[in-house]
Amino acid sequence: MDKTTKVVDLEKVVIKFAGDSGDGMQLTGTQFTDTSALLGNDLATFPDFPAEIRAPQGTVAGVSGFQIHIGRIGINTPGDIADVLVAMNPAALKANKNWIKKGGTIIVNIDTFTKRDLEKAGYESSPLEDNSFEGFNIIQAPITKLTRETLKDSGLDGKSIGRSKNMFALGIVYWMFNRPMEQTEKFLKKKFAKKPEVVAANIKVMHAGYNFADTIEALPSSYTVLSANLEAGTYRNVMGNQAIAWGFLAAAEKANKELFLGSYPITPASDILHELAKHKNLGVKTFQAEDEIAGVCAAIGASFAGSLGITTTSGPGLSLKGEGLGLAIITELPLVVVNVQRGGPSTGLPTKTEQSDLMQALYGRNGESPSVVLASSTPGNCFDWAYMASKITLEHNTPVVLLSDGYLGNGAEPWKIKSTKDMPEINPRVAVEGEEYQPYARDEKTLARKLALPGTKGLEHRLGGLEKEDITGNVSYEPDNHERMCYLRAEKIKRIANLIPEQEVYGKEEGDLLVIGWGGTHGSLYSAVDNLLNEGEKVALCQFNYINPLPKNVETLLSKYKKIVVCELNSGQFANYLRMNFQGTIFNQYNKIQGFPFTTSELESHFKTLLAK
Amino acid sequence: MEHLTNKDFISDQEVKWCPGCGDYAILRAMQKALPALERKKEDFVFISGIGCSSRFPYYMNTYGFHTIHGRAPAFATGVKLANPNLSVWQITGDGDALAIGGNHFIHALRRNIDINLLLFNNEIYGLTKGQFSPTSKKGIKTKSNPHGTTDEPFSISDLAIGAQGSFFARVVDTNPKLMQKIFTEAEEHRGTSLIEILQNCVIFNDKTFADITNKDVKLDAQLFLEDDKPMLFGAEMNKGIVLNGFKLEVVTVGENGVTEKDILVHDSTEHDPTLHAMLARMRPPEFPAALGIIRKVSRPTFDEGLLSQLEYEKENAKFNTVDELLQSGDTWKIK
Repeated sequence: MDKTTKVVDLEKVVIKFAGDSGDGMQLTGTQFTDTSALLGNDLATFPDFPAEIRAPQGTVAGVSGFQIHIGRIGINTPGDIADVLVAMNPAALKANKNWIKKGGTIIVNIDTFTKRDLEKAGYESSPLEDNSFEGFNIIQAPITKLTRETLKDSGLDGKSIGRSKNMFALGIVYWMFNRPMEQTEKFLKKKFAKKPEVVAANIKVMHAGYNFADTIEALPSSYTVLSANLEAGTYRNVMGNQAIAWGFLAAAEKANKELFLGSYPITPASDILHELAKHKNLGVKTFQAEDEIAGVCAAIGASFAGSLGITTTSGPGLSLKGEGLGLAIITELPLVVVNVQRGGPSTGLPTKTEQSDLMQALYGRNGESPSVVLASSTPGNCFDWAYMASKITLEHNTPVVLLSDGYLGNGAEPWKIKSTKDMPEINPRVAVEGEEYQPYARDEKTLARKLALPGTKGLEHRLGGLEKEDITGNVSYEPDNHERMCYLRAEKIKRIANLIPEQEVYGKEEGDLLVIGWGGTHGSLYSAVDNLLNEGEKVALCQFNYINPLPKNVETLLSKYKKIVVCELNSGQFANYLRMNFQGTIFNQYNKIQGFPFTTSELESHFKTLLAK
Repeated sequence: MEHLTNKDFISDQEVKWCPGCGDYAILRAMQKALPALERKKEDFVFISGIGCSSRFPYYMNTYGFHTIHGRAPAFATGVKLANPNLSVWQITGDGDALAIGGNHFIHALRRNIDINLLLFNNEIYGLTKGQFSPTSKKGIKTKSNPHGTTDEPFSISDLAIGAQGSFFARVVDTNPKLMQKIFTEAEEHRGTSLIEILQNCVIFNDKTFADITNKDVKLDAQLFLEDDKPMLFGAEMNKGIVLNGFKLEVVTVGENGVTEKDILVHDSTEHDPTLHAMLARMRPPEFPAALGIIRKVSRPTFDEGLLSQLEYEKENAKFNTVDELLQSGDTWKIK
């Protein structure tokens, strides 16, 4: 395929694929992602789909989107708004009309702009025929018609032919961005290995789309995005949920423990269960329980018997696991609870992202029941935080809640592959045969007790949810003992702060504005702060991963800035937590509860307002 | 193998059940049954939920875990899957297993995880002081329903059979010999072995099983089922159970031309659960209550299934380390 059109180099570009939830947009986006990753682009993705599996066809509610930001320079977010939008129907155009850059390119499947489909999308007349999209570069591609034409001799039925049209759109975008199609061809051959006719049809349609783009004059130029300047090493693409699963596998192997996952399917956390269920060869035991409660309880049972017991869930599931978590706290057993947060309360917004379970993670249990709380902040570092959560729970014998979110879980980025030999050692605290054993005797420094595993001769003992007597672990209703135990359990968590690194900032070490974030907002906060730093502002970003305990230097750090703003996707839960911990410090808030991540531009403009005051 | 006695299984904790509680007899029967199983003491694990019966693990000098209300089957499942070599015993009551924990109870039976599940059925809530339970007889007056319950009770055996339970036995708390025999067989059975123990609560529901256990009626009110033996009972062992059409019936051998050959012969290993369900449902005064091992059928266990998948995958996988996993698939190098 000769390219006669001129090729323009781009620093970075945001592309969004949008269509009906049955149009295969997630697959199309993932393919473009994988191909770009293999070309060495830095990237970030944002799949955004409805909660319904097949919402009414052609409606705005049924639009599924996949946004990808690729570039040769540091990409930290999936981009605020798209440079290029692929809209497979009028509803997809309508849903994204405010999320496309003025003057950007919109590729529409013009065959769907019929009276019926326009009506379903809530348009009275075609927005392409009035001035709604004036100033945009609209490419009207007859995708349905040309897909049918391409496959008319394929022998496939109409339904299968219709399903291939996403490949036509992908072909167009591959041409626009000068991407090779081999990666997707390879993927199709593997995915449909038993249906060679489907493989051939999809490849043919993709090529047809590519050639269509090459032929028509509507595309003024083709773009190329050069490889990113990433650190040297071997890379792969990872999604947050996958990275969490792998972090646990790595930790279990390093700790010489069997990994046990007790879980119940829930959006957007199920992919962790799916990923771990694939790797029985690595010794992981996955148990799809009858409900969320059984998931956490089986994990605690497995920890009691010597495994690294973990459970994975999202908001409503964490509510159900609260009592189990309390038992793991009083019995001081290892347990990691992963909460891939979504919009709440109740069922809320299952497929949208939010950070509103922070208080639940910190306090959502009866009694004085402190838990370690960690948060991952990029799809790639989900690996490290799952690993760290495992290390803490096994070495301190106390449960850890790891907060991720839908945005991280489903988002992808290039990840420099780690080697397990470079990961820190994990030394589980377990008693051995012959040892003088008291179930609640503690390590002087960390206050962690030791486990004695069933099957170990001579160390028989009983654990339970009734208050434990200090040292012996016998049931005790004695008032002073209860108070002592409450303080011991809290102190044990506090002392973890002695072992974790100091909190770092990105940007100025002192200055006018400290931007505080935690967890999954890292990408957008980083980009906004970076832009302000480039403009010469004295700002810094402080993104927290250790939530409880907080690193020890936080108070000193806070005192070095004139203003502080805490940004989070909730109404101010972390801000209030900081107020409780650092009374006297003034924390401004910037909050968003729309089910979407922050955009870099809204952050930047808010920070500028704060700096100007 | 070191020889163990019942004393090896008595913990140093003071037993705190009410005087006269049926739980004492069950505890003693268990402590006597375990040495005969010839397993290492450290391989026994007792797991319970919440309720009077759930204090049981504290009194056993084994590994034990007193967990949360209703969820013991889930903990037991986790323990067994994590270390299949352990002998896992779950202790529960009618409230713990059938009210708050109903879901976990049926799913354990459905999966047939290899644990022994002792259900102390006293048809009342003891620890919360006397409310009715899901097995309380309809109409019973308690603090939480002073005008008499309008709830239908569960039939435990029907629940177990409906959930594909592979082992169901019933015993009364006053029969230590039968308890020991059943505990032994439960341990030998692979799968979820459910044992319903009719247990008397002297405080809140005394004599609820009097129609079965009272000295003056018990010979006519208890049928001990044994494999390959005719279902005979009564003071003179001349009463028997026959199948008349689709219904069970009590007959007397020697009357109306009935001979011992007409009496049903027990087969706990029959896969079709119809007769087992009918036998388990029998109740005085029309019928004797069926005791002993009512159902014991062989079917694959959940833990064996998982382990064999694990072994297969380990042997047939392209890689066996996490580093190989991380490097698998599409990767690229940046210099």
